Amino acid sequence: MHGRPRNALKEEDTAALSAKAEKLRSLQSHFLANHHNRIYTKEALEGNAKLLENNPEWHTAWNYRKLAVESFLSDSHSDPETVKSILDEELRVVENALRKNFKSYGAWYHRKWVLSKGHSSIDKELRLLDAFQKADPRNFHAWNYRRFVAALMKRPDEDELKYTEEVIGANFSNYSAWHNRSILLSNLLKRKAEGYFPKENVLEGEFELVHNAIFTDPDDQSGWFYHLWLIDQTVKIDAPLLVSSWPSHGFNITLQGNKCLHGSGLSVINSTLPNTGTLPIILYFNQAVEGVNSSTVNVKSELLSGNLVWKPLSTNNSNNAQVWVAYLDIRNLEVQLSKTYVVEISLGHSKGIVSSSGYDYGHPSRVTFELCIQTAYTEPVEQQEGKSNSWKDDDFQKFDHLQESEPICSADQVTSEIDHIPTTSGRCEEAVVNEINQFRDLLSEIDCKIGKLTLARLLTAVDSLPSSRANNMVNTEEILQLYDDLMRLDPTHYLYYKDEHSLVLLRQITSSRDSLLPYCHYKKNAIEAFAGYVCLRLQNLSLSRMGSIENLLWVQTLDLSHNQLRSIEGLEAMQLLSCLNLSHNKLGSFTALGPLRLLKSLKVLNISYNEIGSHSIDTRRYLCSSPLSHTEEFAWDQFEIFAGSIGISAATFWEPFLIFQSLNLTELDIKGNPVADENFRSFLVKVLPTLKWLDEEDLS
Amino acid sequence: MGELVTDKHVKYILSVEKRKDDFESVVMEHLRMNGAYWGLTALDLMGKLDVVDVNEVVSWVMSCQHDSGGFGGNVGHDPHILYTLSAVQVLALFDKMDLIDADKVTNYIVGLQNEDGSFSGDMWGEVDTRFSYIAICCLSIIHRLDKINVEKAVKYIISCKNMDGGFGCTPGGESHAGQIFCCVGALALTGSLDLVNKDLLGWWLCERQVKSGGLNGRPEKLPDVCYSWWVLSSLIMIDRVHWISREKLIKFILDCQDKEKGGISDRPDDAVDVFHTYFGVAGLSLLEYPGLKPIDPAYALPVDVVNRIFFKK
Repeated sequence: MHGRPRNALKEEDTAALSAKAEKLRSLQSHFLANHHNRIYTKEALEGNAKLLENNPEWHTAWNYRKLAVESFLSDSHSDPETVKSILDEELRVVENALRKNFKSYGAWYHRKWVLSKGHSSIDKELRLLDAFQKADPRNFHAWNYRRFVAALMKRPDEDELKYTEEVIGANFSNYSAWHNRSILLSNLLKRKAEGYFPKENVLEGEFELVHNAIFTDPDDQSGWFYHLWLIDQTVKIDAPLLVSSWPSHGFNITLQGNKCLHGSGLSVINSTLPNTGTLPIILYFNQAVEGVNSSTVNVKSELLSGNLVWKPLSTNNSNNAQVWVAYLDIRNLEVQLSKTYVVEISLGHSKGIVSSSGYDYGHPSRVTFELCIQTAYTEPVEQQEGKSNSWKDDDFQKFDHLQESEPICSADQVTSEIDHIPTTSGRCEEAVVNEINQFRDLLSEIDCKIGKLTLARLLTAVDSLPSSRANNMVNTEEILQLYDDLMRLDPTHYLYYKDEHSLVLLRQITSSRDSLLPYCHYKKNAIEAFAGYVCLRLQNLSLSRMGSIENLLWVQTLDLSHNQLRSIEGLEAMQLLSCLNLSHNKLGSFTALGPLRLLKSLKVLNISYNEIGSHSIDTRRYLCSSPLSHTEEFAWDQFEIFAGSIGISAATFWEPFLIFQSLNLTELDIKGNPVADENFRSFLVKVLPTLKWLDEEDLS
Repeated sequence: MGELVTDKHVKYILSVEKRKDDFESVVMEHLRMNGAYWGLTALDLMGKLDVVDVNEVVSWVMSCQHDSGGFGGNVGHDPHILYTLSAVQVLALFDKMDLIDADKVTNYIVGLQNEDGSFSGDMWGEVDTRFSYIAICCLSIIHRLDKINVEKAVKYIISCKNMDGGFGCTPGGESHAGQIFCCVGALALTGSLDLVNKDLLGWWLCERQVKSGGLNGRPEKLPDVCYSWWVLSSLIMIDRVHWISREKLIKFILDCQDKEKGGISDRPDDAVDVFHTYFGVAGLSLLEYPGLKPIDPAYALPVDVVNRIFFKK
């Protein structure tokens, strides 16, 4: 019961209600008898109408009327007068029912159904709606019906747009009207209707309209989402584009057979190479795309013996992904040692790469890199390691400076060297700058959350415009400050602002080689096999969310420990990653580790001191492929091989089984999670036959 | 705010079942199947499903099934997809899935899919994304999802996506938390959540939390306990539930209890009903409130029931 007070009923009310109940029950039983016996007399229909006035949500009662109407219509011999009177009667019954309950799905649908029978007086519908919509301007059934009637009448979008303007003019606090406006305007912009092209002309006026709402009462949410949508309409690029790749454009990479992958000076270990002898090539787009294959991506190189096979890096086994990978096999090639091979990748010259909203790849792009193989590939030999990998601070040393040749790339490198980055129009930038000024004015008058949040978003947008790349990131400090303020101002949504704060911080850190330098370490006194590789240490930064992964594709060792990460969404793009430290975070389930399943090179994983096993509700359950979402069959055969021997059931172990079964770890640290008891450790040893170290304990 | 008065809620739910002649019960008669699902799931979450006479409930549920395969809201009422899901869910709760003629139910649902991928609620053709969720959830529970055109079903749901990242009943319809649950749930069950703009929708959803701690279903509307389910489950499915205050919402739900007679209402001091009692308890379960069984945000069934459906050989 919505909005009815909990008062105890007085005796006379109880009596009245019980009389009412008895009456209703009798109407119901009569109706059901008539329905089952297909009795459509005048009296039966009147009883039904009375019932519907009391209870318009009863589908069966409306169905009965539909059957009656169909029977009357077939008897009417299509006499227009008779048909009209049959249908008019139905509209009258619906109207009465709606007056009792304006939110009845069944009543509204019956009206639609009657109209579909060929009723002609549609004008009357709009008049009726006007009255209903004045009484309840937010009723979504009425708005839905309005769109239905407008379509039936072929009423121009322009007229309906005008109607929303009238409604908003009467009271801007009407989210339904703003919503309908976004739908109508999208249509008009899409088909470039007269007066609605170019879109910049239209958006300018829309910004003004919504300012009236937001600036009058900044706490009223009605205009918030419309305004955000306008910003998006202003800056977004519809077409898919390449935003980064690995190897990056212009890079020289030296491979030392099965040992190292390095730039001069410092070598970078890649365990992918020794074990599989393949080199991943990663393409990172601005949005999810499909259709990446050997005919849409042209790869030219002497190293290539056949076509590359491109795979989407999707955690739900979709053919749509923002990141795609192909593996260049260098095992069986007769390469000339120390010769430099050029690899040229070009895409966008022919159609086929399409975004999920149907846009074709925007502009032709080209990525060229050089590859030099110093020693030939040999089968890997078992490594003799005396101790497990350490993540202690004392074992790391910061770099003093980074040499040009080191295979570290940052935002300023990954994007600027791809051909033909389209610059958004000057008017777009102008519009964003104008909005920034407007919201600065607002904030000078009143300290409000939507003002600060919108300003932070606008400043982020202007920093991301390709045309402003030269003075990229100039607003970072201000944006971070705004999110800090918001965390204090609106503690209910604290973690929303903190997540945004983390993303901005990561963008800043990965924006240039200089900004990355303080986070790049190498290992002191490391054993030979791990000597001298770059470890990116983003630990202890209070990060609640991971981001800017497009700038981190080169990373092989990543330390994200001592943050507040709940998820590692997007990490699947880091195909070179071999050592990962996630200890002391807030990962709450095994499904949160889903992205790791796509990292074939991952060997060392530390997930100690997280919250795995302490939550009854799993927030990553449907973002990870599994039988629950029909994205993956459960591997019963493999599960049963060892399940019986340690006495575990699929119902309780399917999640860790799903994750670990597809990993090839040699080291795992999982202590400090409620789930990690002895029973679980014995499960891990079974499911991870490659494991040599578990919780720093030597298993051999 | 105190605690959840579990025993009183159990008593209240059982009493509603017995009171067949008061006005409230008569008005609710047409959706008794939904009522059974709400009441029984709430009981199960509170660990008290065993107080119910299983055979009585199950035989009543089965007596609501029609030759078409669909279930009615009550005995002798017309079949509708709304009640078909509730019936299947109730049978799943009691581990009585073997009573379902899966092919018959599948035929009924398959027959309701339209050319554009959408679903009608019954033979009379009302189309709504609620029915898309129901069709997908129901077929998934009986392991027959491959019998419909999933790709088209997903495409239709995406065509109902709005500028705020939310979803409406039909293309162009305004976003509404209940509708968002249906669409996000359907996308979750088909492994298609990558098509949701999680940050945009997450912001819209987290802004449903108002000062009292309760959640509303649309901007500038009053909070209501039922949105503790619709909004919360959606936020969980897209992993953005940490964007709202858990403590404040728990307090709001507990404040809506009738601590004397049991039951939960839409807002503090309003009249209680089974619908809001279920959504209050389910909301608390999603918030990991101690003493309640966890509920699955997409199937709207206890997690152990879902695990039984998919991981019992």
